[in-house]
Amino acid sequence: MNLRFWRNRDRGSDLEEEISSHLQLAAHDRIERGEPASEAASNSRREFGNIGLIRELTREMWGWASLERIAQDVRFGARMLAKSPGFAVVAILTLALGIGANTALFSLVNGVLLNPLPYPQPDRLVTLHESKPNFESGSISFPNFLDWQRENHSFQQMAISRPNGFTLTGQGESEQINAEFISADCFSVLGVQPTLGRMFLPGEDRIGAAPIVLISAGLWKRKFASAPDVLGKSIALNGKSFTIVGVVPANFNLSIMNFSATELYAPIGQWENPFLSSRFAGLGFHGLARLKPGVTLEQARADMATVTQALAETYPDADKGIGATIIPMRQLMVGSTQLILLVLFGAVGCVLLIACVNVANLLTARSTGRAREFAIRTALGAGRARLLRQYVTESLLLALTGGALGLLLAYWGTNAALTAMPSALPRANEVGVDAHVLLFTLAISVGAGILFGLAPALKMSKPNLQKTLNEGGRAVTASRQRAHAIFVVVEVALALVLLVSAGLATRTLAALWRVDPGFRSSNILTFGLNLSPSMSLSQPDQIRATLRELDATLASVPGVQSTTLSWGAFPMSGDDEILFWREGDPQPANKNDMNWALKYIVEPQYLDVMKIPLKRGRFFTNADDEHSAPVAVIDQEFARRYFGAGNPVGKRLYFDRGIGNAPNTAEIIGVVGHVKQWDLINDSTQLHDQIYLPFMQMPDDQIAQVPSGTSVAVRYEGASAPVFDAIRNAMRQMNSEQVVYQAQTMDEILAISLASQRFSMFLLAGFAALALLLAALGIYGVVSYLVAQRTNEIGIRMALGAQRSHVLKMVISQGAQMALVGVALGLAAALGLTRLMSKMLFGVKPSDPLTFLAVAALLIAVALLACYIPARRATRVDPVVALRYQ
Amino acid sequence: MKKRYQSRIELLQGTLDLLILQSLIWGPQHGYAISRNIRSQSGQILHVDTGSLYPALHRLEKQKWIASDWKISENNQRAKYYRLTSAGRKQLATERSRWDQICAAVAGVLAASKRRTAS
Repeated sequence: MNLRFWRNRDRGSDLEEEISSHLQLAAHDRIERGEPASEAASNSRREFGNIGLIRELTREMWGWASLERIAQDVRFGARMLAKSPGFAVVAILTLALGIGANTALFSLVNGVLLNPLPYPQPDRLVTLHESKPNFESGSISFPNFLDWQRENHSFQQMAISRPNGFTLTGQGESEQINAEFISADCFSVLGVQPTLGRMFLPGEDRIGAAPIVLISAGLWKRKFASAPDVLGKSIALNGKSFTIVGVVPANFNLSIMNFSATELYAPIGQWENPFLSSRFAGLGFHGLARLKPGVTLEQARADMATVTQALAETYPDADKGIGATIIPMRQLMVGSTQLILLVLFGAVGCVLLIACVNVANLLTARSTGRAREFAIRTALGAGRARLLRQYVTESLLLALTGGALGLLLAYWGTNAALTAMPSALPRANEVGVDAHVLLFTLAISVGAGILFGLAPALKMSKPNLQKTLNEGGRAVTASRQRAHAIFVVVEVALALVLLVSAGLATRTLAALWRVDPGFRSSNILTFGLNLSPSMSLSQPDQIRATLRELDATLASVPGVQSTTLSWGAFPMSGDDEILFWREGDPQPANKNDMNWALKYIVEPQYLDVMKIPLKRGRFFTNADDEHSAPVAVIDQEFARRYFGAGNPVGKRLYFDRGIGNAPNTAEIIGVVGHVKQWDLINDSTQLHDQIYLPFMQMPDDQIAQVPSGTSVAVRYEGASAPVFDAIRNAMRQMNSEQVVYQAQTMDEILAISLASQRFSMFLLAGFAALALLLAALGIYGVVSYLVAQRTNEIGIRMALGAQRSHVLKMVISQGAQMALVGVALGLAAALGLTRLMSKMLFGVKPSDPLTFLAVAALLIAVALLACYIPARRATRVDPVVALRYQ
Repeated sequence: MKKRYQSRIELLQGTLDLLILQSLIWGPQHGYAISRNIRSQSGQILHVDTGSLYPALHRLEKQKWIASDWKISENNQRAKYYRLTSAGRKQLATERSRWDQICAAVAGVLAASKRRTAS
């Protein structure tokens, strides 16, 4: 290789010398014939012709190996591009934007939709839920889970989990640790092996088993400096000692349902919750399972139907009407995202097409300038294939450079977008640049290069030699004008489709922001609070006294206006249900005949904090405590559904307490406005009757759970961060083992609930803006080019007396015609395409006339502006200069 | 001027090779001399474009019909001289006979049509 390269260079200088010797010989001849020496040299050079071109043509005869020919083409292409750096920079940047946007989006599609889940045989992984009359995917009770696990014939392993917080003490400052209660098989379902030690063994998740934990690699590093002797050590969680048996690998980052990879995993049996052994209580457990090899989803569903049917017969009170819902893990994780990503992918595809059209347009305009060069080369015998190859090489050079730059843009852009909106996508932590992404970028770069390179090249390589040479490459043929007009039309149409979809997404988001959630989200701060671990063992009265002290402390924090503890459901954050029947109804035989409602356990100031309107009667006061008569407040939806037009105030409700326990009862004392519990969009399709109960009237066995974690909501003034700092200090002063955590403003919670809508809107708007910019540049480029080509004609017209306004009108109307055709085509295309995104829309129809009109008007305005600048330049044409120039 | 331009004949594909090989039959020549010879020997009718000449020379050299050496020319300049190889001589013979065949064939056709027009 080295030798051949050297030989080629040698041959190169040899050719140089040969040419210069030819020139000298020719000059010498001329001098002998009597020409003056001064003229001889230049004349012989003129006679020789285009030295560079002849050099290229001659080199071509050397017949290099194809790789070397490509290298030659690339060098030549790079030289040609370097000669017009402005063109090269604009073309490369345009392509970088187009390819970068596509690469970024493909890396999302790749990470979220295409890549298999990072576990062995991921297609056999499913999620499990209890189907109940109200919920298709409700939570599973622990006793039911144990029976499912034992009785099924379809699953290799089955596991359940629920998140929990622990207060870690005795390892530096006491802190809140996020944890998961898991059943023994949780990690073996996924096929995750421990970094150190072991996972849980079967049976270690039973109630009464020895307290053991798994810790994350992160916690291992943070608290134990990754020391290998951590196994067998004890840590204090909620005041109880747990032995560490294993370390979960650092790359484990599953996040699905309410499960998320966390710092600590404890066996379910360690949960000191009296309801854990109740078959009635779901308690937020959801399941993961691995199908046996060869078992289909349908077979597993049939199997579980048999299992749950048998349970319903054995435990009719608890399990009548309870089934099992099995959803493939991948579907649950990415199901709703698929449409958004595909729509966005379509959008970036349009951006890339526009970018390609722009570059094709630039190339065509430029090729006019090079028409003479190509005509000469053809005349000298360069084959059509040879010219095409050279042309496509130049295009590919542009495309690959643009692609490399685009890859960088994509890498930064994706990171930035995912950091800015982490909750917008599932599996976001698996998104990155991998071999697939690189291959994709390469493929679209090459594809784009051929696409935009071939059109002008084909036109170029069969020029009418004589005509081109005679015209001196100046005149615009009608066919070339038509090509430019097509470019403009395509660009405008594509940009319009993008703008319409961005417009619809924006209107969707605007409609969502206008939705009244039923509370005022501004200036609400929510956070979690764990009392000191020793409180868990305290008497209920002592706990209530501490909670009252806590309320008073919170209320005295500067910036806090009102405050409430919150247990059970909280809007857009977590749900909790209660089973009830009305006084006067017969007591239902089992819980499936009871009514369901969302349960909010709150303090008197809750309405002040949330700004929920009171509609009837009264809300709780501090007098509604553990000593007074039990009371309840319901929302309007509840009132309408269960009491119709009648007045619910003074009516009585009974609440289920599980089998063997007498029901609780409470009198309805008031009606408040309805609050959107789930999200802004789907509230009405889910359970949404709401019951409020006073915090201090919680039964003793429930209030005993409060010290290990409750939520607090405060209405504050000023900025949230200093208020939360003040709260944290006040809580620590009250008791150094008391922990606050997970501070979030209600506005943040709302924003997160709209994350996927915001994500798609921002991206669509971004892509549409890019498309609009590129289309405007494209129109500007084409019209400028056409004006430049017609300078002579315009000069003649003006010399013959045409008014400047006439010229202006002529140029603008030419551009406007192209834009209008594009707008018309784009509107038709958009009407067809936006229907595909109708599931992403809210409060706006896919064919929303306002959006369509506004976008069309915007695009026409931009197009006219883009025409106006070159049109004005056309009116400044000086006839004399124009004609002389020709 | 115009008349001279019209009397120039574009070389038929393949004829340039023949002319180059033929002009080397009397000994090595450099590129300039080859083009000058072709022009003068054709009575100023055949103009070999340098853009065709050099590619052709290099192509013929690659086909090993001619070989080249750097020599000093009669007026003391370094120049690249091409000479016929034995393969080149054979090729010249082949091309010549082919050319003769073409000429004869074309002449035959022309003569026939002339006869027909005459009769």
